[in-house]
Amino acid sequence: MSVLDELTPALPGEPNTPVLELHGVVKEYPGTPPVRALKGVDLTVAQGELTAVVGPSGSGKSTMLHVMGTLDRPTEGSVHIAGHEVSSLSDRRLSAVRGELVGFVFQQFFLLEGETALDNVATGLLYSGVSMRKRRVAAAETLARVGLAHRMTHRPNELSGGERQRVAIARALVGRPALVLADEPTGNLDSKTSESIEALLHELNSEGATIIVVTHDNDLAESLPRQVRFRDGLIEFDSQVSP
Amino acid sequence: MTSPALPRSSSFRLADVFASATSGLTTRKLRTALSALGITIGIGAMVAVLGLSQSGSAALEDRIAALGTNLLQVSAGQGFGGGDAALPEESVAMISRIGPVISVAAVGSVEQSVLLNDVVNPAQTGGLTVKTAGPNLLDAVNGTLSDGRFIDQTTGATPTTVLGSVAAQRLGISNVDGTQVLIGDEWFTVVGILASFDDQSDDVETPLFNDLDRAAFIGVDIAELLFETTRSPDTIYVRTTESAIDDVLSVLPATADPESPEEVEVTRPTDALEAQEAAESTFDNLFLGLGAVALLVGGIGIANVMVIAVIERRNEIGLRRALGATRAHIRRQFLVEALLLSVLGGVAGVLLGAGVTAFWASNQGWRVVIPPEAIVGGLVAAVVIGALAGLYPAMRAARLAPTEALRAS
Repeated sequence: MSVLDELTPALPGEPNTPVLELHGVVKEYPGTPPVRALKGVDLTVAQGELTAVVGPSGSGKSTMLHVMGTLDRPTEGSVHIAGHEVSSLSDRRLSAVRGELVGFVFQQFFLLEGETALDNVATGLLYSGVSMRKRRVAAAETLARVGLAHRMTHRPNELSGGERQRVAIARALVGRPALVLADEPTGNLDSKTSESIEALLHELNSEGATIIVVTHDNDLAESLPRQVRFRDGLIEFDSQVSP
Repeated sequence: MTSPALPRSSSFRLADVFASATSGLTTRKLRTALSALGITIGIGAMVAVLGLSQSGSAALEDRIAALGTNLLQVSAGQGFGGGDAALPEESVAMISRIGPVISVAAVGSVEQSVLLNDVVNPAQTGGLTVKTAGPNLLDAVNGTLSDGRFIDQTTGATPTTVLGSVAAQRLGISNVDGTQVLIGDEWFTVVGILASFDDQSDDVETPLFNDLDRAAFIGVDIAELLFETTRSPDTIYVRTTESAIDDVLSVLPATADPESPEEVEVTRPTDALEAQEAAESTFDNLFLGLGAVALLVGGIGIANVMVIAVIERRNEIGLRRALGATRAHIRRQFLVEALLLSVLGGVAGVLLGAGVTAFWASNQGWRVVIPPEAIVGGLVAAVVIGALAGLYPAMRAARLAPTEALRAS
């Protein structure tokens, strides 16, 4: 049994099992008047899907990312991740859900500057209770998966933008999460590098990862199998429901 | 769907807390060093003050121990006329009869100069004096010889002399090899040289050492014969049993000079050293106070740096929350970071303080004493300061909502 098998939270399951289910999700920010960023969203993402959540600024897609990633709780409605209702969990348990079930990729990469690529990827398992040695073994395997086996001991400032994003993607994947959320993963990259990251996302998806890419880049969104388009806090278009 | 049980809580192993905190510090090395410096200076100052004061005290205590607190000095005070009064000739015998007295030695003065030869101007005595002494002087004052022997009953009646260390040095005599010196108009053979009473290179000064180190001792008999001095002493050294010092002290004046006890001065040479020790410790408090101020400033520096770190590292905090860290994990990381910073400064401070103490004390010829309570106290102070300075920034870091922390700066 490999280290990674030990880490796997019994995923991937069978295809078409819902990994993420949102029902009537409303998110309201307090103020006068209160701001309704999400106005009743229903969305189901199944195991093995590669989905783009797309929309202009202010359409609610950032709030959507936060709610899907359990970084924020909905005001109304329910959020299920891997079958668990998470919208009413305590902060402590939400942290555990994020650590175990969700992997994040950010536009700004958010790598730790003082750490090597290997240790940056290993931080993906930092809060999982896995020993440092096992974290590093898993990180090395995952870095190899994203094509950076030769860059393990490099620090972020010795890596190109594309390589940094690959490290960040490896960090999101290292714990084999049920769901990977990528927030504008190509937003800080040139078009050629963006294409390679796009290809990597496709490749990882074909290996079984469930990925949701939140972006305002229509080209990127259209290259993905499913597009969910937001406008004014509501889903305007979902390619799966109305192709 | 068959999914595993929902995780109850993420975990952050102790080793990982320390690794994360260390990583936070090593990523910004210069800032880490500068902010630890305040603590280093504060704790270094306190350890050095305690170390130096204890080393200095140890030096004084060594001197006191060498001298013995049971040594009393009886001298003729000033008479009513203002002139020096001498002690009665029989005072030595009288004092010897006091029960607890162990030994008594008398020293008298001889109004003569001591010179290396007859070419030197007698007016230039170099601050040296000639004194009469009995054979038991060394016993009474715990003196030792660096060369030769002391005056005994036989040599005390011959023109022989024993030089105090300063006297020997000023006359350029380093060993006993038949050298003669001129006392008054008479040639005396040097038979012994005393080891210095002030044999340490510190600045401890007492009249006792000055007097004895600068004297050329001759026997009472030869002094009477050649210079017609009286046999009455002007100073008597009394060694008594430790427990009876106060009793002996109270009867000494009347025993030494029953006719005019009020003219007799009785002192205890170690009192001067103890007074000096007490005087030096008042400076210690001043420096300890300055060290405490430096520590306070250092602590505020760490708090300041940590507050800035929390603001600067919002994204890192957000990332860690996204990776599964709870508020408690974030708080722990920043608190440990402040603690490590402070302890780093504290360890450096203890080493600095110990180094300064060792350097200065050995320079002064003192025994190096680095009090363990200063080391332990310094490290404990560092931990307390780190905890206090880190608490508020760590709580701020923990309170930050993940969504807010992740917002691009």
